[in-house]
Amino acid sequence: MLDRIAALGRLTLAVVASLGRSGRFLAGVLAGVPSPSTGFPLLVRQIYAVGVLSLAIVVVSGLFIGMVLGLQGYTILTDYGSEAAIGQMIALTLVRELGPVVTALLFAGRAGSALTAEIGLMKATEQLSSMEMMGVDPLRRVIAPRLWAGFIAMPVLALIFSVVGVWGGMLVGVDWLGVYEGSFWGNMQSSVDFMDDVMNGVIKSVVFGFVCAWIAVYQGYDCVPTSAGISSATTKTVVYSSLAVLGLDFVLTAVMFGDF
Amino acid sequence: MAQRTIEIIVGLFMIAGLAALLFLALQVSGLSPKAAEETYTLYANFNDTGGLRPRGRVSMAGVTIGTIDSITLDKDTFQARVAMSIHASVDNIPADSAAVIRTSGLLGEQYIDISVGGDLESLKDGDTFYSTQSAMNLERLIGNFASGR
Repeated sequence: MLDRIAALGRLTLAVVASLGRSGRFLAGVLAGVPSPSTGFPLLVRQIYAVGVLSLAIVVVSGLFIGMVLGLQGYTILTDYGSEAAIGQMIALTLVRELGPVVTALLFAGRAGSALTAEIGLMKATEQLSSMEMMGVDPLRRVIAPRLWAGFIAMPVLALIFSVVGVWGGMLVGVDWLGVYEGSFWGNMQSSVDFMDDVMNGVIKSVVFGFVCAWIAVYQGYDCVPTSAGISSATTKTVVYSSLAVLGLDFVLTAVMFGDF
Repeated sequence: MAQRTIEIIVGLFMIAGLAALLFLALQVSGLSPKAAEETYTLYANFNDTGGLRPRGRVSMAGVTIGTIDSITLDKDTFQARVAMSIHASVDNIPADSAAVIRTSGLLGEQYIDISVGGDLESLKDGDTFYSTQSAMNLERLIGNFASGR
């Protein structure tokens, strides 16, 4: 019995210590801004790996989610004879919620896991420690560009997701089910507000991008340098990122739209 | 891959993101780049504004000719005072026109409809509508019907 209580205490301490390490790690990364001449090419390369290569999955999922929203919205709204409101429904759900959240989940699965595995393998093969031996700070050289890349790429991906989703919804709603195009766009434009809806969605995706990239690079940097350690770190990245995104989404939504 | 190619691809990626933001701003939220239209203000007093909201529309014959600026309570008459910005191009609303609160569809938003009168004088900036018709309150209607009034 006493052993179990002791184990619980050890576990709690380990979690708190890990949180503390991740905070110190973040401070180290943010403080160590690389000089523009060396840092910028590294950043561009990472935006390519994290952002451009995630584009395919984001575009395809955005298209299908928009189409499903169009179909579902049509079947529900047509009961009330107000299927013209389908544009408003699709745009608001995508811009406010699904755009940032689903993109962040895809981003965690597609890019976050890759980041963790890459950094973890660098650690396991002692590339990070040899960099330190050569006098190169791995936080600046390896971690910082990846963190910033996630931070920059995520809002861009979420915006593209929303646009493709709206287009997919229009494909189903207007071209296939025959909602009048004028009322589709008109309803949408009268109900979607640029600052309240679009910009709040962008703020959400910025926060999610930061959190996902932070979790991914930290898990890689902090992993046990064995093959089993890397695999568990990759799993943790996806699980923690998804939970953090969904939890933060509720908090952000309550702050942004909860002023009843 | 060469650094140059990657830079170009990432540049295209960022441009795609900006284009997406522009699309969301212009097409989805209907933010129009043209300067706000010149307007003048008219007032109307209502006994009951129901679910009328600021930023709602003011229309005439179904065409939007302005927006609702503010809804305040007049402390002396206990009526709601609604300020509307009317497009300056519509400068010939007859002075005896009526402002009527209507609902678009069964569950839609409420808006102010202007029923045109026949007066040769027209309303100027700062004028108040002489005749108004308040929002139809379904519960009161049913209540009146049930009590036989």
